Amino acid sequence: MAQVARADALAVRGESDVVLVRQTVRTWSIQQGFTLVDQTKMVTAASEIARNTVIYGGGGTVRIEALDNGTRKGLRLVFEDQGPGIKDVEMALRDGYTTGTGLGMGLGGARRLVNEFAIESVPGKGTKVILTRWK
Amino acid sequence: MAIRLSEIVRNNHASLLSEWISELKSTLSRKLIKESELEEQCAAFLTALDHGVSSGQTRSLEDKSWGETKEVLGSVSRTRAQAGYSPSETALFVFALKKPLFARIAKEVPPAELAAEQWNATVLLDQLGLYVTEMYQRSREEVIARQQQEMLELSTPVVKLWDGILALPMIGTLDSARTQVVMETLLQRIVETGSAVAILDITGVPTVDTLVAQHLLKTIAAARLMGADCIISGIRPQIAQTIVHLGVDLGTVTTKATLADAFALALRRTGQSVVRIAAPKKKDSEADKERKERE
Amino acid sequence: MERIPILRMGKYLLVTIQVDMHDRLAMQLQEDLTSRIAKDQARGVLIDISALDIVDSFIGRMLADIAGMSRILDAQTVVVGMQPAVAITLVELGLSLQGVRTALDVERGMKLLEQSLGDATSIAHSGEDDGPGGES
Repeated sequence: MAQVARADALAVRGESDVVLVRQTVRTWSIQQGFTLVDQTKMVTAASEIARNTVIYGGGGTVRIEALDNGTRKGLRLVFEDQGPGIKDVEMALRDGYTTGTGLGMGLGGARRLVNEFAIESVPGKGTKVILTRWK
Repeated sequence: MAIRLSEIVRNNHASLLSEWISELKSTLSRKLIKESELEEQCAAFLTALDHGVSSGQTRSLEDKSWGETKEVLGSVSRTRAQAGYSPSETALFVFALKKPLFARIAKEVPPAELAAEQWNATVLLDQLGLYVTEMYQRSREEVIARQQQEMLELSTPVVKLWDGILALPMIGTLDSARTQVVMETLLQRIVETGSAVAILDITGVPTVDTLVAQHLLKTIAAARLMGADCIISGIRPQIAQTIVHLGVDLGTVTTKATLADAFALALRRTGQSVVRIAAPKKKDSEADKERKERE
Repeated sequence: MERIPILRMGKYLLVTIQVDMHDRLAMQLQEDLTSRIAKDQARGVLIDISALDIVDSFIGRMLADIAGMSRILDAQTVVVGMQPAVAITLVELGLSLQGVRTALDVERGMKLLEQSLGDATSIAHSGEDDGPGGES
């Protein structure tokens, strides 16, 4: 069972918050000893979901948790909003970037960048996305 | 009761030790460690055994009274693993103690408790023997892991063939971990050397599976994004078959049969060429003529 | 509002992105570039992203869009200096950046622009021969 060594929360309401989320996740990733490639993947995934939270979720929060399960260190990000929710999560996950254009919500891409990915969405209630990466 | 065992061990410490050591020396056919080291280890073990047995707890090694003994056994197994002894030879370290110990038990324990005492002693020594064997296994695994790591680092060299041209000669089976190391090393070197062409030579790779093929394709895609092109050379017929059967799409990646062909192509792509120089003999005789004229 | 500066070098425009852009800044860049291409009748755009340690799908799409818009305005776009970690991440994300040409650095990017435009006039750079096969 992963232990949360340290946690913090950020508001994700506007685009400058997205930049702040990126910088904060970068700092925490470095502190957890991630390699440069792993840092970049985590920050990019965070940027995707943070943007979703702002644009589709009407703004929300992200909780950042530094994890330690005894043998490995990790980082968990929990994005939450009270927005309209996603009607078809399966579809949204499949919506990729092969054309580089379109309204892809970036969920599928973000999932590929992390070790553990979880999403809960209830139309009319809100969405929660959890990203976890281990060292 | 275990109390008797601890008395036996303590009262006969010196004689047990010497008999045990000579037992070991005679049964261990290969002399791979120094005798002085063997004697030291035996002395340490017997002392630790003494302490452990005095605690009265002989059924389980989990109890902390056995920590000292386990430490000694840990170092015994490590030295034996490094010296090249087999697991059985290593376990013998503990089992050879049975003969002298049981002899003493038979002599000093009253008949009524003899069976129970022998059983206690056997259970204890068996556990210790198993423990030393397990520790031995773990040492071997650590050695293998370390060697694998070294091989991983040695076997992924990125070589500069010429200005702007890198080569990555891959040898042996590629696994996921190694391919990822290869990918990151190659991309880093592309930036460091400013090389616009990288040749991935897989002449020395016997087989490729889907995962590895995908990793290679990702490497090539990443290199392209950075502004460098990759050429794959040395694809064996079997691998060509595998690639087709797996349905892997090489897309626009150029492939060449040999590293030489790939190098020639790389030169063209970087606007360079190899030119044959005029035969040296002519030049020498011309230089001789010129010298004679000057004199 | 802050804007990313666009430099002009002969027939080409050069942009060096050095800040962690928020979305609006990226959109502003796209607008500014498009109007500059038209105004200066530029034939090529060089975007230097060597200072960017992250390129997410939004920035990726921006680059692809800039390449698309430039092409319509008869200009070529080359993106240079992508960092290895960024490249690896973009591949994992599945962003192909179709239609965006890339080069290792500004110098090579310039060469690429010259070659693709078949430009006779070239910008002075360290006397390196273009070598044979300048045509694609």
